[in-house]
This record gives sequence, C-alpha cells and structure tokens, in this order.
Amino acid sequence: MRHVISVKVENKSGVLARVAGLFSARGYNIDSLAVSQTEQEDVSMMTIVVRGDDRIIEQVKKQLNKLIDVIKVSDHSDHPSVQRELALVKVATQPAKRSEVYQLAEIFRAEIVDISLKTITLELTGEPEKIDNFIELMRPYSIKELIRTGRISMNKE
Amino acid sequence: MKMTGAEIIMESLKKEGVEHVFGYPGGAVIPIFHQLFNAPFNFYLARHEQGAVHAADGYARASGRVGVVIATSGPGATNLVTGIATAYMDSVPLVLFTGQVSTEMIGNDAFQEADITGITRPISKHNYLVQSVDELARIIRESFYIASTGRPGPVVIDVPVDVSKAETRFDYPEHVHLRSYKPVYKGHPLQISKACKLIEQAKRPVIYSGGGVISSNASGELREFVKKTGIPITTTLMGMGAYPETDPLSLKMLGMHGTCYANQAVHDSDLLIAVGARFDDRVTGKISEFIPEARVIHIDIDPSSVSKNVRVDVPIVGDCKQVLAEINKLVKAPEIGEWIERLQKLKAENPLTYKDSEAKIKPQYVVERIYALTKGEAVICTEVGQNQMWAAQFFEYSEPRTFISSGGLGTMGFGFPAAIGAQIARPDRRVFDIAGDGSIQMNVQELIVAVQHRLPIVIAILNNGFLGMVRQWQQLFYERRYSQTCMSFAPDFVKLAEAYGAAGIRVEKKDEVDAAIEKALAVTDRPTVIDFRVDREENVYPMVPAGKTIRDTITRELL
Ligand SMILES: Cc1cc2nc3c(=O)[nH]c(=O)nc-3n(C[C@H](O)[C@H](O)[C@H](O)COP(=O)(O)OP(=O)(O)OC[C@H]3O[C@@H](n4cnc5c(N)ncnc54)[C@H](O)[C@@H]3O)c2cc1C
Ligand SMILES: Cc1ncc(C[n+]2csc(CCOP(=O)(O)OP(=O)(O)O)c2C)c(N)n1
Ligand SMILES: [Mg+2]
Repeated sequence: MRHVISVKVENKSGVLARVAGLFSARGYNIDSLAVSQTEQEDVSMMTIVVRGDDRIIEQVKKQLNKLIDVIKVSDHSDHPSVQRELALVKVATQPAKRSEVYQLAEIFRAEIVDISLKTITLELTGEPEKIDNFIELMRPYSIKELIRTGRISMNKE
Repeated sequence: MKMTGAEIIMESLKKEGVEHVFGYPGGAVIPIFHQLFNAPFNFYLARHEQGAVHAADGYARASGRVGVVIATSGPGATNLVTGIATAYMDSVPLVLFTGQVSTEMIGNDAFQEADITGITRPISKHNYLVQSVDELARIIRESFYIASTGRPGPVVIDVPVDVSKAETRFDYPEHVHLRSYKPVYKGHPLQISKACKLIEQAKRPVIYSGGGVISSNASGELREFVKKTGIPITTTLMGMGAYPETDPLSLKMLGMHGTCYANQAVHDSDLLIAVGARFDDRVTGKISEFIPEARVIHIDIDPSSVSKNVRVDVPIVGDCKQVLAEINKLVKAPEIGEWIERLQKLKAENPLTYKDSEAKIKPQYVVERIYALTKGEAVICTEVGQNQMWAAQFFEYSEPRTFISSGGLGTMGFGFPAAIGAQIARPDRRVFDIAGDGSIQMNVQELIVAVQHRLPIVIAILNNGFLGMVRQWQQLFYERRYSQTCMSFAPDFVKLAEAYGAAGIRVEKKDEVDAAIEKALAVTDRPTVIDFRVDREENVYPMVPAGKTIRDTITRELL
C-alpha cells in the first residue's frame, strides 16, 4: 500500500541521510520526498511517499521514531489530510496547437510561466492525482521536460 | 578558562567519571593523544583498532559502564566498524572518538579521510560530526547520555583535527536537552495490571528473559518475580546469568542450541512473558510455529522491538527493572503445580549431554572442567562458533555480566579483546576466553596488550582444526562438503603464546585437562593460552535447524 509519511525532524545536517537510509536499507524506493522548513526555524518537515508492505512500513515508522533527530512521525494514510504538489511542464507545441494547450491550462488552472518560440512552460499545483491527469492530457503536445516537487501533506483539524 | 578541543575531551571524560579508555593513535588525533599524559584515566593501547573497540565493549558488558575508544581518521576509524556493529547489535553502550581531517578538507579525498559518520549511520545508535569546538562539550555530554540510556548503544563522535586544536571556553552542560529523545522507563499502569491478570490466570506460563534484563541490572527484580510467581524461566544467549541456572526453575537457554526442555516449554506454554528479549530468529525458529497457543506479554524499552516478530497481547514499553518492580508489587502466583511437574520430568529426561570419551578430549568436557575448577565464579567471554555454544551450554551461569559473547552479529575475534576489557572491569575475577582455533586468530595480536598489563586471562582454545560451526552445517545440510573449513595449517599456539610473553600449554589427553586449567589459574601475572586438542568432529546439540520447528530438533540420539 502507498503511505504518505510526515517526519518532523531537527534541522541538522545528516538527518536526511538517516531517514532515507531506513528505507533504502530495506530496498524500498521512495516515490517522492519533500523537505522544507516549518513554522519553527530549527525544525524541518519531510513528506515521504513510499509503497510497501504495511507491517514493514509500521516497523520503519518505529525505527524513524527511534532516530535521535526525529521529533515526530505521522502517517497521513490513516487521517484526513490536505495534500498538494507542484509541477512544471514544458511542452514543445506547434503554433497551431497552442490554443488547445491554453484551454487545457485554463481548465486545470495551470499558469503559463514562460513562452518561447518553440515551447510553453506551465505551472500547476494541486492534488497529486490532478497533476497526473494534467500530465496525461499534455502528452500529445510533446512534453520536453517535466518536474514535480513531490507531495506535501498536512493533517486536517 | 579557555581550552582546546583536545583538553575539552579530557575534561569531559573526567566529568563522566571515565576510568579506562582504549584506542590507537594517528595523525588526526595527535592533539588528543598529546593530552593523554595528564589524563585522569588509564589508557590501553590496542594493537589493532578492532581490538580496542571489542575491549571497550567487553569492559562495558562486564561493568555496566560506558566503554570509551579513541582512534584516528580513515583506516583507524574504518577498523572500528565491525566492533561498532557488534556493540550495536547487542545494545552495548560505547562512546567512540574518531579523528577526522580538518573541517576545510572534508569531502576533498584528503589524506586518511573516510566519511565515518556516513559509514556508521546504520550501525550506531547515533553519531556526530563536530563542526565547531563550541559544540564539542555538549556533544560529548549528549553522547554519554544517549549511549547509556533507553536501549543502550554505541555513539560515534567524529572530531576534525582543527576542532581538537581550536580553543573555546569549557562549560560542561549539566543537563541534556533533546526534545526528540525521551526514553520511557515507567510502564503503563493499565498494561501492568493487565499483565498481572494474565499471569495469575495462566496454566502454563514461561518467562523468556533476555539481554535487556542484564543491561538494566534487573536481575534482582527478575529473581524476585520468579520467587513470587513460581514461574519457570528460560533465557536467551544474551540473558544468561540473570537467573541462576542451577535453580530448579531455570530451563537454561532456549533457541537453536537451547535445551530441549526450554524449547518444549515455550512451545507448549499458554503465556510467554518476554522481558528484555527481542524474539530473534535464532530463538523462534519458524515463527508461525513458535508459540501456537501462547498469549504474550512483552516488556521492552524499545517500541520497535515490540510486535516486530510476534503478535503481542500485552505490550509494556518501559525499563525491565522498573516494570518488574511494579509487577512484583501486584502480582499473585498462578496455580501451576502440574505444569512444573511436567517440566521437571521433561528436564530430567532430556538433559544437555554429550558422549564422553576416554581416548579423545570432548570440548564439552573442557567447559565442564573450567566450570568445576573455577567453582562457576569465572567471567566467561567467548569467540563465535561451536566454542561459544558449548560455553553457553556446559557452564552454569548464576550472576549477570559473567557471560560475554557476541550474539547478534556473531563476530569471530570478539572474545579475546572483550576478555581484556572484562578483566580490566573485574580485577577480582578470573576471566576466560573460551575460544575456537579459527576465531582466536582474528585478534590474536591483542595478546601483547594482556601481557603488557599483566592481565591473567586464560584463553582456552577448543582446537578442533576446523571452522567447526560452519563444518557442522556443511556436514548436516551440505553433504559433508567441508569446503574451506578444514584448518590443517595452524600456528603452534603454545609457541605463539610464548613469543608474546604469555604462558602456553598444550593438552592432548583427557587426563591432562584439569592440571592444565589449574596451572593456568596459578598464573596471575600474565595471560595463559591453553591449546586443547579436542575431538575434531564433535557437534553442538541439540539443534533446531534454521527456520525449522522443535519437531525438527536434531539430538545426538538421531545420528
Ligand atoms: C552461532 C550462534 C548461535 C546462536 N544461538 C542462539 C541460541 O540458540 N539461543 C539464543 O537465545 N541465542 C542464540 N544466539 C544469539 C542470537 O543471535 C541473539 O543475539 C540473541 O538471541 C538475542 O538475545 P535477546 O533477545 O536477549 O536480545 P538482545 O540483543 O540482548 O536485546 C535486548 C532486548 O532488550 C531490550 N532492552 C534493552 N535494555 C532494556 C531495558 N533497560 N529495559 C527493557 N528492555 C531493554 C532491547 O530493546 C532489546 O529488545 C546465537 C548466536 C550465534 C552467533
Ligand atoms: C568475522 C566472522 N567471519 C566469519 C564468520 C562465520 N563463522 C561462524 S562460526 C565460524 C567458525 C568458527 O571457527 P572456530 O573459531 O574454530 O570455532 P569452532 O566453531 O570450531 O568452535 C565461522 C567461520 C563469523 N561468525 N565471523
Ligand atoms: Mg575450530
């Protein structure tokens, strides 16, 4: 099953490697990972999306909690949460097809952040599934470059 | 007052009450070693860094205190790796200082640079790269705290050489502030009362006690618990000594090479009370058939140990010592007369035995004689392999911290340097390394350390000319193909001992065994190596093959 795990950590060097090591040591590939500052300067939040056997993920969470620099671990898979991701998509659209791209962008509320002779770059935020859908729709317009931030997640009150 | 980083290390060790430090010098730690002349502790120069870390480990296990090591950067640090992993697997508190190239050189493939914090991340409880001398005292304080609290473990402090030389004001913090590290010692009262209820209602309860009881010094509470409840007790390899094995309620060790009666009792139990033990695969065998009918109470300080391998009915996260004390206040004895009778019968019918011989020296016989001639009062360290298992089976342990062995990692070469540390911790006791001819060769260079410090350790080599434990597996499961396990080329251990200035004795006949042990015990100013030429193809029994069940136990009789 897919798990979205939030790990609140001390903002120190080496912490990312410790956290990532617990997954890689089990041969688990992290689907996405977002790390950033929080409301507290000395605390960072990591949002990790990983697929794996529930029992093993349970064990990984306990091991994460054991790390000295980890303050709190929560699994957003079992709690309602707001999840967001940002993507940048660069498409190489022929001039004739540009208006189609604009229309799709509007429907998805994607922003056009750069236009050149040969390409359009779009920025989209939203739930990861929405981004998946948008990317599918952009494929026919020849995606030259695609990058996603990885999801961030916050529990609902 | 201003101090250099190196001086701060000395002062901090003094504040921590450190009495013995093990290590080896090198370029990146010269500033630290420069201060050793005035050190308020004894320093033991190993002959290989692995020897230093195992000695510190043996010291920690025998004394219950934190073992301390200092080694240089690069190869010095990487030579510690096996020892750090050994201590980590067995939850032994160590603080290790490694030198590092100077901060501005880190990451440049500088001379003798190794990313030791990266390398030891998965095999240490925590580690630090000290980036400024201003944080050094705090880091040392935290390291001792982290190493020795909660589930103990090794902590590495990587000190760049410029940090050792830089100056700052020395202030040893009185308190440790780690918001993210707060081990729970006190068990939840509700869980404790649930456990007591289960205990009182049990018909076939067994206590399964492990290394956590030793490390939390809970032997007294455990004995009281057994006394109050009358419940029979088995221990893991790491838990031996917490409860006297000579007592009728002791079932001795369980697991792959445990007693048949301990394994049968656990299998048939309706309540398993696990105390500071982690359901290792050497203990459980095939997990689905380990305890088909038992409910489980699990007392452990590490939440990640609980429900890891088996389903637990009443988890109690906390320190064994405190939790057992609470339980002892509340618990009432269950009615288990029939169960005890059944187990006593089982015990009488399936004792640990071996087929003795007059022509050959049986390794088990040697261990029995060491037990008899030391009146069971020696501290026994072991290497790894058959020697380790015989030392576990044929010596009866009655006190905690008197059996010292690498259980989790199974590190050959651990026993002898660990014996050095143990002898330093326990000058009042005779210390033995029950060794194999293979294992002893892995850290034999440390002999000179024992000679230098006049440590009267007895190294009893159960010399079978084989990497015996592997040979046993080859014999039983790999069609007797003894690939690379026959060690027909071996040094003359007696001459080797003498070359180092130790005493050496060779024993080839059964009737020389006692005299040799007595002679070794009479030597009090240097180590003695006894080369016992034992039966070459003796096996360790009983044996539950890996991943199998007690029904598959191989006993002597089946062969
Ligand atoms: C060749 C070979 C054969 C072996 N055969 C056997 C065998 O037949 N039988 C056997 O038992 N072992 C055997 N072992 C050893 C085995 O591999 C394990 O090391 C051992 O079983 C683990 O013991 P333990 O469960 O007591 O755990 P330990 O490794 O000692 O762990 C201690 C547990 O206690 C907890 N703890 C620590 N401090 C506290 C505290 N203050 N309060 C509460 N809990 C605490 C820890 O969190 C941990 O869960 C063998 C090893 C080798 C090398
Ligand atoms: C460092 C290391 N290498 C390899 C092994 C695998 N191993 C386990 S037991 C053993 C044989 C040990 O031989 P010896 O010391 O002679 O002991 P014996 O079993 O003969 O008593 C080996 C090679 C190990 N445990 N540790
Ligand atoms: Mg051997």
